[in-house]
Amino acid sequence: MPLTRDGIAYRVACDLPEGSYVNLGIGIPTLVSGYVPKDREVFFHSENGILGMGPLAKPGHEDPDLINAGKQYVTLLPGASVFDHPTSFSMIRGGHVTHAVLGALEVAANGDLANWRTPGEKVPGVGGAMDLAFGVHNVLVTMTHITNKGKPKIVNKCSLPLTAPRCVKHIYTDMAVIDVTPEGLVLREFAPGLSAAAVQSHTEAPLRVAPGCKEMNVPAAFLAAQPTAKVG
Amino acid sequence: MVDKTLATCQEAVAGVFDGATILLGGFGDPGLPGQILEALRLQGAKNLTVVHNGSGGGTHSLGGLIHDGRVRKLIASFPSHPGNASFQERYLKGEIELELVPQGTLAERIRAAGAGLGGFFTPTGAGTELAAGKETRVIDGREQVFEKALHADFAFVRAYRGDRLGNLNYRMAMRNFNVPMATAAKFVVAEVDELVPVGSIGPEDVHTQGIFVDRVVEVVRHPEYLKITTEGRQPCR
Repeated sequence: MPLTRDGIAYRVACDLPEGSYVNLGIGIPTLVSGYVPKDREVFFHSENGILGMGPLAKPGHEDPDLINAGKQYVTLLPGASVFDHPTSFSMIRGGHVTHAVLGALEVAANGDLANWRTPGEKVPGVGGAMDLAFGVHNVLVTMTHITNKGKPKIVNKCSLPLTAPRCVKHIYTDMAVIDVTPEGLVLREFAPGLSAAAVQSHTEAPLRVAPGCKEMNVPAAFLAAQPTAKVG
Repeated sequence: MVDKTLATCQEAVAGVFDGATILLGGFGDPGLPGQILEALRLQGAKNLTVVHNGSGGGTHSLGGLIHDGRVRKLIASFPSHPGNASFQERYLKGEIELELVPQGTLAERIRAAGAGLGGFFTPTGAGTELAAGKETRVIDGREQVFEKALHADFAFVRAYRGDRLGNLNYRMAMRNFNVPMATAAKFVVAEVDELVPVGSIGPEDVHTQGIFVDRVVEVVRHPEYLKITTEGRQPCR
């Protein structure tokens, strides 16, 4: 059974190491902060000038001067700091933010990422997506494995405008965890009830199966009956 | 005695001329000089080039200025937020020009202008359509794009506290684009919640130094802005 959106976020959170500095994109990535194990210290960065961001503010406790990059009211954790945009993007471009978790429309076998411009979109907007994709060493992508029309999103070559070439290191979908390596894509885990062959059948680019490739270990609450429909 | 204070936002925007380039601070509501924007809307200057992260909300703030057809060109990173109907409408009709810039590049182009630099090379955007036509150079084995400094005639910023010398202090996530923008325009005006006596902002807490700021105007926060904390609801703008 494929993972829910929260399931994908949970699986990513399991892989964020202690002491990592993490920027979360909009959509499924936003959910990641809720699933970091309690005993692990991970610092969340928001490109509008926050390091050490906590959970969303509870209704009635919003601070009007404190939002995240998605314009949601947030909180700060002890040890947090606030700063201006040049400082924030020094953290990103300078490689100090260690992990970026981003949504994607397409990822190519060589790690090319397309996530900033959708087909048929009337007004373009890039925000901080390119700075993150170019600047952060560990770009982790979360997305549904296929589009809501059933087309693979992991492709031989991106058809949409690129956010950055060769930047993606790991792909987390509702069906699989895949590493991008110089030798191509390597399937590390598949969702419960699926198989390496089933994942390949939904993936345009060729997958090599890692030695020790296994079924994902996620709580049953994170399993969906159907593939996750919503794109994000 | 140096006194950079103004009594009203009308005075703050009085000098804005047709065709001016304006740096507009803020990211979302925090740090957005909303009252100066309202005054600018009444002031009437047109054919403006506005530099801002987004394209404003509905038909108020920057959205209002665009709605009124006063903005000829927008230089922004994320003008595509679904709530930005005024911009979308004019953009789709070809009535407003858009220069789309990655957010970090936008901030750094403004910073470069304020720091007296001609521009800089950045890896961001290399090999993508946003680097089309731009000079590139391979530095330390990596392709980088030349981005030019972004100067302006005016900068309108918002801070939490300010003094008559132009020193500014920001709360929480208000600093965003305001800090670099305050350094990069010929005439800089700050809208502040509170005008305080000189010395009230401790030297370590001055985030924008008075040397960068021409005028300071104290405003009462928009009522919708305050409701958030008292009633726990989202602001309208």
